[in-house]
Amino acid sequence: MFGDYSISDLGAILAMQGFAGLILFSVYVLMALGLAIIFGQMGVINMAHGEFMILGAYVTWMTSNAVQHVAPWLFPGYFFIAMILAFIASGALGMLVEWALIRHLYKRPLDTLLATWGLSLILQQAYRSIFGAREVGVELPEWMMGSWQATDSIQIPINGMFVMALTMLITIAVAYVLFWSSWGKQVRAVVQNRVMAGAVGINTEKVDRYTFGLGCGIAGVAGSAFTMIGSTGPTAGQLYIVDTFLVVVFGGAASLFGTIASAFSISQTQSTLEFFLSGSMAKVITLLTIVAILMVRPQGLFALKVRK
Amino acid sequence: MVINSRFFNRSELLGFLALAVLLLVILPLSLDIFRLNLVAKYLTYAFVGIGLVLCWGYGGILSLGQGVFFGLGGYCMAMYLKLEASSVANTKIQSTPGIPDFMDWNQITQLPLFWKPFHSFPVTVLAILLVPAFFALIIGAAMFKRRVGGVYFAIITQAIAAILTILIVGQQGYTGGINGITDLRTLHGWDIRTDHAKFILYFVEVVLLFGCIVAAQFIRLTKLGRILVAMREQEDRVRFSGYSVANFKIFAFCAAAVFAAIGGAMFTLEVGFMSPSFVGIVPSIEMVIYTAVGGRMSIFGAVWGALLVNFAKTSLSESFPQLWLFGLGALFIAVVLAFPNGLSGIWADHIQPRIDRLFASRKSKSAAGLVADGAPAE
Repeated sequence: MFGDYSISDLGAILAMQGFAGLILFSVYVLMALGLAIIFGQMGVINMAHGEFMILGAYVTWMTSNAVQHVAPWLFPGYFFIAMILAFIASGALGMLVEWALIRHLYKRPLDTLLATWGLSLILQQAYRSIFGAREVGVELPEWMMGSWQATDSIQIPINGMFVMALTMLITIAVAYVLFWSSWGKQVRAVVQNRVMAGAVGINTEKVDRYTFGLGCGIAGVAGSAFTMIGSTGPTAGQLYIVDTFLVVVFGGAASLFGTIASAFSISQTQSTLEFFLSGSMAKVITLLTIVAILMVRPQGLFALKVRK
Repeated sequence: MVINSRFFNRSELLGFLALAVLLLVILPLSLDIFRLNLVAKYLTYAFVGIGLVLCWGYGGILSLGQGVFFGLGGYCMAMYLKLEASSVANTKIQSTPGIPDFMDWNQITQLPLFWKPFHSFPVTVLAILLVPAFFALIIGAAMFKRRVGGVYFAIITQAIAAILTILIVGQQGYTGGINGITDLRTLHGWDIRTDHAKFILYFVEVVLLFGCIVAAQFIRLTKLGRILVAMREQEDRVRFSGYSVANFKIFAFCAAAVFAAIGGAMFTLEVGFMSPSFVGIVPSIEMVIYTAVGGRMSIFGAVWGALLVNFAKTSLSESFPQLWLFGLGALFIAVVLAFPNGLSGIWADHIQPRIDRLFASRKSKSAAGLVADGAPAE
């Protein structure tokens, strides 16, 4: 397995695979953050989460096309506009879905799974009808292309670094909003005890709606970031949904830090294994390990001690 | 075990008879063999549905991995049929005669060890029943003994479905990869591709289906079925009453797995191939959809759900391929939001009382009323 490589080659491979793993980690974290809010905090199993992400990706694609035609001078920075638009679009759709669908189902978590699966089918078909079945990719501005030559044998793509920086920023922002802002306190109060939160004057319906919207909005930003490293198709969201749920469950559903730690360990395991085995076997082994660990430790890596 | 004095009550008996008349008389007489074969394909999902009624409707355990068991049953059967189809005489042109064609394409020169038992038909039948039950036992024991349930169980079973699909697709030389196991010809020397064979297989399947319905009804009416319902409502109280909650859950999950596997094996026989596209996450969730639409609390409802949703799927996707997914999604949302008990719930709440009233008023008038339609829901 190691025979054909020299030590320095192996080091370079590990570094580059490690970096590929970091990009995967960023995508996982971005997707899992939204899900950790929706699933971990609200207890809603949102199977359409991947489709919210794809909405963000399509918004980015449309923005990039629009900017290219209307205001080419904006193109180097279009990505930041696209990200905001993606957040607004996915968040607004999320709030609409919460109002129409989810709020009737808070007491039946398994049914949210079925209903949002129906929603994801509808959204997928809608994307297919509107944007076509073919995958689309955005054009990256000049400064994001190419790679940074760290040493002779190590190359690190710039768009990957950008995605990672973005992930870090968003994570910090989400942590701030949830744990230090007064709105975040309201969210956590509603999650822990809906009735009491209502009794002390929190508008629980409004908090629910905005929380769900925030989770979906972050998914939209994740989709936006996703366009920089891959192409987007109507069913791309479904490829990631199981992985994302596993990330959240493996990390411990209510723990934001656990989500990040589990995204890190899963993505690193997978991308390192991918180099030595075939891609599918790497994935099988990673998933099997997670399932096995979850069978031994069902509460996940970092669990809040809560009396049921 | 205490069994109720009556195995089927009046409306269940009517439902059973209506289903029997429809499946054994009306459909075979009115459909051509192509359509009848399609119905047979739909009915294979009814097996899964019956299992889901037991474990989801009664036990409250939502498994999103029934495709795994459906696939295991189907693959066991397909392996037997494939070995029979790739006899040395049939595979002369291969570089290694006597092994399945896809193995030859993947430069495998010897039959893998786990394929060998499938030379024998009795072993295959045993494997169809025992392999899925064994898998379900391991998964169930690992999860339920640690009191993992509800949402987490659903997500983990879903992950297992994903793992098995990736594994089958990735290990092309051993499993046939994404194409699955195709080109199946004979069952114990009997050609399954002829119209006559398909006709007979349909009846075999319907008889098996009724067997499963009776078995599920039996489980439902024994003490075990009652404990399942009690567990779904108040798990802790059942535990404090001294019952081993985990063991009952494991049993329900294993039973559902075996039902699904029978369906999968029949699927292979009816359709003539098996592929990973019937194993993964999407088919597993679709199987839950059929059950939810038919009614998660009704064994007959699950059969009707499988028939009607698949019928709608075929006819809609033939004529409006764009609309089908919109329709399926909307149906699913509507069932969850408005009719949590599905078609059988609508039947029991709205149609049954009217028929009863009609029946009662006619009876009082002429003392001879006839109720023609006994189907649960349409």
